[in-house]
Formats: sequence, C-alpha cells, structure tokens
Amino acid sequence: MPSNLLALLPEIILTIFGVLVMLAEAMLPPKRSRKPLGWLAIFGAMFAGIAANVQLQHIHAVGVFTGFYGTVQVDTFSIFFHWLIAGIVIVVLLASLDYFEGPVTHAGEYYALALFGATGMMLMTCSVELLMVFIGLEISSISTYILAGFRKGQATASESSLKYFLLGSFATAFFLYGIALCFGATGSTHISTIAARIGTTSAPLLGILAVAMVLIGLGFKVSLAPFHVWTPDVYQGAPSPVVALMSTAPKAAAFAVLLRFLFNGTPALRPHWILLIEILAVLSMTIGNLGALLQQNVKRLLAYSSIAHAGYLLVAFTSFHEDAVSGALFYSVAYAAMNIGALLVLTQISGYEEQATTIDDFTGLALKRPGMSALLGFFLLSLIGIPFTGGFFGKFYAFSAAVHGGHVWLAIVGLANSGVACFYYLRLLAALYSRPLTDSRDYILSPRLTFPVAAALAFAGLATLILGVAPGRVLNMVQHATPGIIAAPAEQPAASSFPATPPATNR
Amino acid sequence: MNFDHTILTLILLTPLVGAIVLALIPEREGAKTHHIGALVITLITLLLTLHLPWHYHYAAEPGSFQYEQNLPWISVPAIRYHLGVDGLSLWLTVLAGFLAPMGVLASWRTITSRTKLFFTLFLLQQVAMLGIFLSLDLFLYYGFWELSLVPLTLLIATFGRTENRRRAAIKFFLYAFIPSAIMLVGLLWLYVRTGTFDFPALQNLAASHSISPNTTALWLCSLSFLVAFAVKCPVFPLHGWLCDTITEAPTALAMVAAGKLGLYSILRFSFGIFPEQSRHIAPLLIALGAIGIVYGSLLALVQTDLKKLASFSLLGHVSFIILGIFTFTVSGVDGGTFQILNESLVGAAFFILLGLLYERYGTYDIRDYGGLAARHPWMVTMFVITALAGIGLPMLSGFVGEFLILSGTMQSIVAHHVVWAVVGTTGVIFSAAYMLWMIQRVFYGSIGHRPDEVHGWDLNAREHVELWAFAGLFLVMGLFSPVWMRAIDTYGTLTADKPTRFEPNTFRHIETETYEPTASRGFVDPTLGAAALGKQAPSANKGARY
Repeated sequence: MPSNLLALLPEIILTIFGVLVMLAEAMLPPKRSRKPLGWLAIFGAMFAGIAANVQLQHIHAVGVFTGFYGTVQVDTFSIFFHWLIAGIVIVVLLASLDYFEGPVTHAGEYYALALFGATGMMLMTCSVELLMVFIGLEISSISTYILAGFRKGQATASESSLKYFLLGSFATAFFLYGIALCFGATGSTHISTIAARIGTTSAPLLGILAVAMVLIGLGFKVSLAPFHVWTPDVYQGAPSPVVALMSTAPKAAAFAVLLRFLFNGTPALRPHWILLIEILAVLSMTIGNLGALLQQNVKRLLAYSSIAHAGYLLVAFTSFHEDAVSGALFYSVAYAAMNIGALLVLTQISGYEEQATTIDDFTGLALKRPGMSALLGFFLLSLIGIPFTGGFFGKFYAFSAAVHGGHVWLAIVGLANSGVACFYYLRLLAALYSRPLTDSRDYILSPRLTFPVAAALAFAGLATLILGVAPGRVLNMVQHATPGIIAAPAEQPAASSFPATPPATNR
Repeated sequence: MNFDHTILTLILLTPLVGAIVLALIPEREGAKTHHIGALVITLITLLLTLHLPWHYHYAAEPGSFQYEQNLPWISVPAIRYHLGVDGLSLWLTVLAGFLAPMGVLASWRTITSRTKLFFTLFLLQQVAMLGIFLSLDLFLYYGFWELSLVPLTLLIATFGRTENRRRAAIKFFLYAFIPSAIMLVGLLWLYVRTGTFDFPALQNLAASHSISPNTTALWLCSLSFLVAFAVKCPVFPLHGWLCDTITEAPTALAMVAAGKLGLYSILRFSFGIFPEQSRHIAPLLIALGAIGIVYGSLLALVQTDLKKLASFSLLGHVSFIILGIFTFTVSGVDGGTFQILNESLVGAAFFILLGLLYERYGTYDIRDYGGLAARHPWMVTMFVITALAGIGLPMLSGFVGEFLILSGTMQSIVAHHVVWAVVGTTGVIFSAAYMLWMIQRVFYGSIGHRPDEVHGWDLNAREHVELWAFAGLFLVMGLFSPVWMRAIDTYGTLTADKPTRFEPNTFRHIETETYEPTASRGFVDPTLGAAALGKQAPSANKGARY
C-alpha cells in the first residue's frame, strides 16, 4: 500500500463511511428506523480504529512514516489519538441509536456528521504541517457547529449552534493568524522546520505572538478560560450525546495539536509560553469551578466542570518532560471516559425532550433508578477525583508532572480547586441520594435500557474503573506515545514495545 | 505459614466481596436478607482480624511489620500493594473488625428501607477503614483515606435524620476533602524527592534526614499532612463538621465517623515521616488538645440534644488523646494509642445506647426524657457502665488510657506541661459531670412527657448481646490492659523520645518551671512520680505504668 494512502487510511475510511451513511439516508424511506445507519457509522469508526492498528504494524516494520510531502506524520502519538477518537465516537454513537429514534427525522445526518467530525479530529492529530492542522480543525469544527444545533425547532438549539459558530470562526481566525505569524517568523508552517528556526529567528517577538495566537485559537476549542464563554450555552442547547462527543473528542484533538506545537514545534520559546500556560491553567480551573458552583442546570454545571478539567490537563503542560505528555494523554483518556459516562447517564434519564435538567429534578433519583444513579454517582466521584477511579489517576499524573517540573504552587492551586469542585459535584450526588422533596416527578421518560446504551455505559464505566484500579496498561501505552513529541523530531520513537492491540479501555 | 501472607488481603477482600454480593441481591420490602448478609460478612471479617493478635510475634523487633504483603501494583509511579501491621495498627484493625458487626446489629431495627444501599455502603466504609489501618504504601493509604469519605457522605445524605441532611453531608465531605487534596500535593512532593511511596522506606529516609535538605518545604509538607489528619480527628479549631455529621449520621456510622482514622494517621504518618517537625509543633498541638478538652466538655455540659452532647464529648476525648500523643513520652504515646481503642468503644456503645432511646421514643432531646430507670433497669445499667468507662473509673478501660496520658503529660519536656496536665485533668472531671448529669436527667426524676406518651421496652436479646460485649470489653481492657499494651508498647517505645534524652539538666529545668507543684502533682501516682523524677531505666518506667 502506498504510504500516502496508509498515512491517512483511518480518515479515508471514515469519510467513505460518512458518505455512505448520507447516501443511505437519502434512499431510506422517511418512516423507516435510522438505526441501521447508526450501526453503519459505528462500524465505520471501528474500521478506522483497525486502520490505525494497521498503521501501527507499519510503524513496527519501517518506523515513523510520513505522507503527502511530509505534511502528515504517523507515529505512536497520532495512533493513540486515532484510537481515542474512534473509541469516543463508537461509544457515543452506541448511546445515540435510541436517542435519535422517534422524534427526529434526520438522524442519518447526525451519524454522517459525527464521522466527518471525527475525520477532521484525526487529521488534526497526525498533521505536522500547521495548514493541514487548520484544515482538520475546520472539518471538525463545522461538523460540531451543525451538531450543536441538532434539536431543531428549539430556541436554545439555535442559540447554541449560532453562538458556537460565530465564536468558533473567530477563534479559528486567531489560529490562522498564528500560523501566518509563524510563517513570518520562520518562513515555514511545518512543525519541524519551525522547531529548527524559531530559536534563531531574527524576529523573536513574531514567534511569541504566533504562539499566543495559536494558543488562543486552540484554547477556544478546548474551552480554556478566558475563551470559555460559549461553553455553558452551547452545552445547554446541544443534545446530550452531542455534548458527550464535543466535550471530549475535539478537545482531545486540540490538545494533541497543542502538545505537538508547543513541545515539538516551539520548545525554544518555552520560557515565554510557559507563563501563558500557567495563567490559562489557573484561570480555567478557578473560573470553571467557581462558575459551576452557581449552576442549577446539570448540563451547564458539566460545561463549567469541563472548563475546569481543561485547566487541570493544562497543568501537566508546565513540565518539559515525558511525564508531562504522558500525564496529559492519560488525563484525556480518563476525562473522556468519565465525562462521556456522566453525560450518557443524563441522556438516558432525561431523554430527547430533556425534562430533567436541574439539580432539583434529580432529587431522589436513586429511589427510582438505582442502577442509573449509582453509575452517575460513580462518574461524579471520578470527576471529583476520588481514588480507584480514572479521574484520580488523571489528576495524579497531571499534577505530579507539575510537581516534577517544579511548579508545586500550581499543583496546590489545582488541588485546592478540586476541593472547591467537589462541592458542586456533591450537590448533585447528594441530591441523587436524598429522599425526594416532591414525589411528582416521573423518571419514566426512557425506562428501557436497551442493549447499545447498556454497552456504551458499560464501556465508559469499565474504562473509568480500570483506569482507576489498574492504570498500568494505558499508562504503558501513553508512555510509548510520548517520545516522538518531547524529543527532537529526528529521534526515532520507541515503537517496538508499544502494545499491539488497543485495550478495552480505549474503545 | 502461608496463610500469614494473605491474611491482610483476605481481611480487605471479605467486606469488599460482601459489598458486591449484597449489591447484587435484590431487595425485598421488610425482609432482613441484607441485615443477615452484612452481619455474616462482618463476623467473618472480625474472625479474620482476630487471627492477627493471635499469631502476632510480640517479641519481634519493634517497628517491624508483620503479615506483610508487598506486591507491585503500578510501575510508574512506583506504587506498591504493601500491607502490614505493627504494634500500632494491630489492635486498631481488630477494633475496626469488632465495630462492624456491632454497627450492623445497631442498624437492625432502624434501617428498614433501602437496606441494600445502606449495607453495601456500610461494608465499603469498612473496607476503607481497614485499608487505612493496613496500608504501608502511602499512595494506597491515600486511596483508602479518600474512599472512606464517600460512603459516609452518601449515607448521611440518604439516611440523615433531619431535613438538614444534604447540607451536613456536603459539609462533612468538604471539610475532609479539601485538606486531603492539599495533602496529595505533599504526597507528590515527597515522591518527587524520594522516588518512593513505601512507608518503611520513607521512615528510614526521614530517620537519616535525607528526604530533602529544604527545611521549609519539608515543614510545609508535614503541615499538609497534619492538617488533613487533624480535621479528621478533629482537633479543636477544625471540628466544624463534627456536630452536624454526628447529629445526622445513623448510629452505625456515628460510631466510625470521628477519632481513630485521623489519630492513627497522625501516629503513623506524621510521626513516622516527619518526626522532627512533629516534635517542633507538639507544643501547639498540646495546647490545642487542652483547649479542645475544656471546650468540648463545656459545650457537652450545656447541650440539650443527646447526639450533640455525644459529639462534643467525642471532641473532648479526642483532644485528650491528642494531648497524650504529642507529649512524645512513652506513657503518653502508649496511653494515647490505648485510649483510641477505649474511646472508640465507649463512643460506639454510647451511640448505640442513644440509638436505642431514639428507637423507642423518637427524640434526642434530653428535656423530653426523665425517670426511665424504673422502666428500663438494664438500659440504665449499660448507660452507667459506659459512662463510667468513658470517665475513667479505675478497673474500667478508660482509666488506663487517661492515667497514662496524664502521667505522660507530666513527664513531658514541653513547656508548661504541668499546666496542660492540670487542664487535662479537668477534662476528666467535666466528663464525669456531663455524663452523670445526662444520666440523671434522662433516667431519674419524674417521668418525662415523651415516655409518658410512648411506652418503650427494655433491652431485647440482640441488644443484650451487643451491649454486654462492650461492657465485657470495658472490664477486660481495664483489668488486663497488658494484653493490649504488649503490642502497643512496641510502637510507643520506638516513637517516643528515648528516656536517655532525659538529661538531669532537662529535669532540673522542668522542676524550676512548674507553677503549682503541690497542687498539680497531687494527681500523679507516687510510683510514677518516682519514675518521672529520676529513674530513667526503661524497666522501671514500665513497671510504673501498669
């Protein structure tokens, strides 16, 4: 197989399946169930994961390889993110099968858009050329803009979509401007060339400005404070499974770009950008948590919590060591597992109509849906960072990277923040388990726990548990995904001992 | 013997597996399935914990750990599954094992709905508690430490007594979690400095002063540990959560909410990893302990709610232990450790008795009671025995601990130690006052208006079994304290300042510094006075203590 084709094999597969879903959607009679399309999309994502595996075999054989004139680089780092994104898409789509049955008439679009979005995200993680990254970012963003407004006919959905679109395009403009400045400073938009030249450039200020601009653009995508204002509104208006998708996969991809750009592309400017990272991390953690304290709506609460979690993840960036990268990667896996889990439980409880939205609506849920509340409780505990859950080890690795890098104060700020954070998670958790204030609410909106939803929830729950009890396997994997990022680009990553198959936690 | 290497894992696994099994058994209205299941599981755990003192090598080198199990868990960072017991944790483990079936029995009547949730979480709490006592890997320990918050929080939120329960649950969690989160930074810093989470290794590094040359950082680290533990104890100004938690918590959880976990952690980790910092900060902690004794006792004196009275009495007793262990004398540390056992038992028995009253009359308000002695002769007997054990009547268990703590305080080299001993002694008097006054108001005098409306019954068979077990222990622990002291002393002699450090000059210093020598010395046993004044040989010291 030509290496060009192989380098983008997962993306190509996803695109083909996305087009197939759209064609099939047009051909299916209007009244027919759209579930087969969903399954088609799920298989597409699975094949993409397998394609990433094929790439890994090729790496084992010939080492890291590039395609399309060196703009796309397949290494263990990109493969890790391909698996993560494919896994997220599979789990979310599994849970969406029943959600989009019935009241929705255009469910096929949803599945296709999810696949197209994933294509863009995967492209972001394997591009080493900033313009290519930009293309990936646009593909993924445009899909998520549409997905955010998917509950057509509702005012909040339109608000969500429009807000996301306007602010998002503004942010991508910043990103593009950053690329232009980078080109101005170094004469190239290729990350390895930037790395070689940015330390010796005749216009260092230009380079610093470029990094700042790129940080703003990506900071918006991962909802770092102060670029977070869109998050609560968009999450509130978007359908819950879409929130599960857009709060994890695009963020993981954006963090991947950030890691490549900062650690691989501009390590020479580290003394400058480290300050920005510190500021962004502290602001995100603090604003996210303080904002969440005031929320009554559970989705808005999780939106603010996702801002805070982006801040926790950023704490890992302060160390220039392999620890930092592996900590960040581990955190993105753990965060994906627990956040998707929590949002899928919300989806299952409140249904398409979203009747249970505020904390009060969830009061006494444990009496009526004990299994669901136990699961939600587990995910909330993981978000708090209680030991023996994935969230704990995520925080642990991120903060120990910071301590290792000599930023003890940042770890203290972070952990004090997680103390504040446990207050609002607990408010929800205590509500679940206290006796109901009023007995009038019925949680029979989607009483049937169908197999795909159960499978999705089991995946998320098991992943969170395994990451918390036996993180060794995933840790091993993230550690083998780091060398290509932190060291000089010429160095060969230690791909030989990279595990050959993705563990269950990654799906 | 092969069993010895896996016994600790078995002790942890039994309640964990039990919790999972109970969670899977469907719940039927009015059935006692989960009660019986939980009782069986906790009894098995108790039997397993009893194996520990039975086969313990008392003559082994002090400070060595037994029944050790040390397996790799996570390679980076180096986290090991390391369990073990020594003289400090030996009896605390048994204590945790003993309190669990008692807790189940105490919940027999009160928990009638959502039994599955209750007993599953109760057993998880048990796992966390045992894990705290058994872990020798700091990271593993931290895991259990945080885990111990969750079941209690959920149980208070679910089974709390009043409408205030949700607030109380969150308050409890926040109070405990925030300092623990800061402690995690300390933990990470320690790991980055030393590259290990293993407690014995850290203890050795600490003993040779090779953790870090940066004394400021070491101080901050030790404080992050101490504050987290002190909140959990609780030590005087950090007790804000105690009253609400105890008031709301069901009996079985009020029994385990405070005291031993924090105190054990101070003894193990603060003293073990930060011996110098702990000694430097000891005067502050002793002062806070003394304040806590008076503060807790005085507040207990004016309470009209029985649960609140119990919670402030708990604060007083925990402060007493703090006073003892921070003297860093052999008697103080030994007595403090013994007193943890005694205090937990007395507290548990007291909460069970209060629970019995509440089951019958549905109120914790002292003013609603009166004249119950005629109706419940057995119950009043148990109340009095428990109260006397708590006050420290000779021959009952409380006496041993209190006596050793006070004598340890007198021997200590801390400034104003005599004042603190005197203040500590007032605690004994105060606790006698509020306990006996409470008994008088509840059980004697004319019949109160609540017993007038409701006709309660005296103890039934289950309650007899439960309370006699406690009463028997009070007596046995009072009469045969060396059985417990044998193990505890191996820890105490190792941790406390060596008698050789008591240079004659130091003693002269103490002598000249006393404020009211005659009045304060009056309490101290003459034999002990002799030991404290000059006999530095450990054997003489030991003889005086028992």
